[in-house]
Amino acid sequence: MEKMPHWADIVLIPLISLILAAMLSALVILAIGESPVDAFNLMVQGALMRSAGWGYTLYYATNFMFTGLAVAVAFHARMFNIGGEGQAMLGGLGVAYVCLFIPWPHWSLALIGASLGAAMFGALWAVIPAYLQAKRGSHIVITTIMFNFIAAALLNYFLVNVLRPPRSMDPATATFPEATHLPSFRDMFSTAETIMFRGAPANVTFFIAVAACVLVWFLIWRTKLGYEIRAFGHSETAAKYAGISPVKITVISMVISGALAGMMSINTTMGESERLVLNSTEGAGFIGIAVALMGRSHPFGVFLAAILFGFLYQGGAELALWTNIPRELIVVIQALVILFTGALDNMVRMPLEKIFLAFRKGDA
Amino acid sequence: MTAPAIELKGISKAFGPVQANKDISISVQPGTIHGIIGENGAGKSTLMSILYGFYKADKGEIFIKGDKTQIPDSQAAIAAGIGMVFQHFKLVENFTVLENIILGAEEGRLLRPSLAKARRTLSHLAEEYELNVDPDALIENLSVGHQQRVEILKALYRQADILILDEPTGVLTPAEADQLFRILDRLREEGKTIVLITHKLREIMEITDTVSVMRRGEMTATVKTSETSPEHLAELMVGRKVLLRVDKKSASPGDVVLEVEGLRVIDDKGVLRVKGIDLTVRAGEILGIAGVAGNGQSELLEVLGGFADGKGNIRINGEELDLTGKYSDGQSRRARGIAHVPEDRQREGLIMEYTAWENTIFGYHLDPTYQKGILMDNVGIQAEAQAKMERFDVRPPHPKLAAKNFSGGNQQKIVLAREIERNPDLLLIGQPTRGVDIGAIEFIHQQIISLRDQGKAILLVSVELEEILSLSDRIAVMFDGHIMGERMPDQTDEKELGLLMAGVTQEPAAADYKVVDQQFALQDQELGGA
Repeated sequence: MEKMPHWADIVLIPLISLILAAMLSALVILAIGESPVDAFNLMVQGALMRSAGWGYTLYYATNFMFTGLAVAVAFHARMFNIGGEGQAMLGGLGVAYVCLFIPWPHWSLALIGASLGAAMFGALWAVIPAYLQAKRGSHIVITTIMFNFIAAALLNYFLVNVLRPPRSMDPATATFPEATHLPSFRDMFSTAETIMFRGAPANVTFFIAVAACVLVWFLIWRTKLGYEIRAFGHSETAAKYAGISPVKITVISMVISGALAGMMSINTTMGESERLVLNSTEGAGFIGIAVALMGRSHPFGVFLAAILFGFLYQGGAELALWTNIPRELIVVIQALVILFTGALDNMVRMPLEKIFLAFRKGDA
Repeated sequence: MTAPAIELKGISKAFGPVQANKDISISVQPGTIHGIIGENGAGKSTLMSILYGFYKADKGEIFIKGDKTQIPDSQAAIAAGIGMVFQHFKLVENFTVLENIILGAEEGRLLRPSLAKARRTLSHLAEEYELNVDPDALIENLSVGHQQRVEILKALYRQADILILDEPTGVLTPAEADQLFRILDRLREEGKTIVLITHKLREIMEITDTVSVMRRGEMTATVKTSETSPEHLAELMVGRKVLLRVDKKSASPGDVVLEVEGLRVIDDKGVLRVKGIDLTVRAGEILGIAGVAGNGQSELLEVLGGFADGKGNIRINGEELDLTGKYSDGQSRRARGIAHVPEDRQREGLIMEYTAWENTIFGYHLDPTYQKGILMDNVGIQAEAQAKMERFDVRPPHPKLAAKNFSGGNQQKIVLAREIERNPDLLLIGQPTRGVDIGAIEFIHQQIISLRDQGKAILLVSVELEEILSLSDRIAVMFDGHIMGERMPDQTDEKELGLLMAGVTQEPAAADYKVVDQQFALQDQELGGA
């Protein structure tokens, strides 16, 4: 029998981990002489109580959904794609080329074009490590990490030497044409009387991210490809018995993973800055790992975890703005959440399993 | 009367909701061989692990030679004179016999005095119990039977006078098993007490003085071996009458379905595992491949099933099969009417984390009937799985339960249901009843026979000689990658097959097989018999 009910596994464990992380964070804040209650209030106020706060929270969450899904898909095939960052950088390059060099009549068409460009470039950056893993046995963790550095250097080269407008001092592309500008939440939700999401970067890409969550769910649990990916992830020997090609699954799942990571850059590049800048990914590729871990590689879990991390990002920015809590502490809090929800899973799981077993014994 | 060597009183042990041992009391007389028999999961190994200090009993007392003893860890067990020979040996492969024997029992800072002492003791032991092993041989160069002797020597070196052997014959040829039994006999004569854990009725009848039967964590009976019969023991184990012999009509073989010619297989490490074999299987017959595990049978199945490459020729219904490349995978094999119940159902045949219904289509998941547009027809598959599970008596018949939550026998029934219901021309089946309860064995054997009676060709690989003898219409024996000979089951016996399994043959046709290989086998025999 299962050691504990399914709901405990997907709800209770992350929740307890989160509470533990919050408690430890509170201690840290206490230790530097600030009030944890005030800090928490400020974070909630700043990130959730105003529409502009939500506008930031959901903007960050959009990034994390894409990169979280990317890591989750690879996880299902038992691969650890740490290269989301690099794949997203390359995705940005794809977006830039599509937006700058194709005359789009309308933003909706440009969005489709840019999605394809971002996905293709991201996938391309993931397919090389995948191929090396499948054919040569080079470990994907190592290769994807190294590809992050190569991607950064490549992006640097393109921005400085190829895409930088003449006489600009800034390693960035020119601003994208007007027709490619995506509607922001402000454009979409404000009425004549009230302006919503003032100044916030959240934009239509959020809905693409939500759609991606739904599509990934269908892919993993409702298609034969998803069936093969999960089978391969659980047991490679069994997959071989069933005639599932390890090479094919390794490459395809990394292509999907890379494409998702690449699509993150629609949000940052096309949706927010409207040009490609050097540091547009801002570490979201790595946060995606924590998001996938916390979301148990399930698209709905990734959705929730992405919003939580969006909240932490935006709330953290507010803290740095209004209190003496240094910016670095925000990183500490984020790190604690990652540590507890991702790495220390068993610390919560084992006692909880014992409790459930004890209860069940009581029933018997 | 002397105090019993081991006496357990009211031992209970639970793992969460599972009661592995329930109020077990047993008393083992010194200088006897006491068998403990029961199905997988009956609690035999748990009980012995408690005795050896791996688990702590929830309740109950242990008396060793009349004294109440606490056994918190294996060190305490050794101190109490208990030695254990595990099913999977705990030897360091690249150490010599001598080094393995002193491992953990070294005295002083330097190795040399310990080794010298062990060498002297070893020669005494060898004399006393006829336990001959070359002390300077590396473990990896020893046969399995000799490795087992090293385990026994390790226990004796630590002055054990109670020996527990857990499924000791699982990895041995019949000849090696006989040698082991001679050693055990000898140990008994010298006054050692032996507890033999097994699920094989034959061994119990052959060697034990007393036998205890376990079922579902409880000790159901303890009887004198001379006063019982295999049928009676099986009934005690399962809780109902069991048919030990397989009922079957004689075969009526039809056309040749499978032809294998000169098949050679090289494994991942570059070792030649199958060294050129020929065989045929006809429609409506079962060809049994006998042999000790690791003599190339697994590789034969892997090539036929499409997950290893091979060289040579294989024809199905007269048509060549690809042995390498794109069309040599499992999907291509299934398309050609080959179904495969693999040897290791947990690592190969099933995805343990998948639900039962997901497993009922594993390998056939690309079949268009399981699709609905671009999605899979999960509702339809679940309904079909439910029906399949009922037809194959899978318990519990819940398609949404994960495969890992079924017992070994029921897992095997899920695999069988999947493969047999595809109505294949050829069924490959490896170790059909490994880790399966006696009750389920009966059912699985009936399914195999009935598939044969429908005119299908069946290639059966099993290390259980009894199973081979009772199911097969023809028997081929594999040794070291060769087929040593073919026999009809009614014209041979375990002894003759056992010799073939050890590589001994009188047939001139087989004489040109590697002479060196045979010499090794003969040396083994001589060492064993000395």
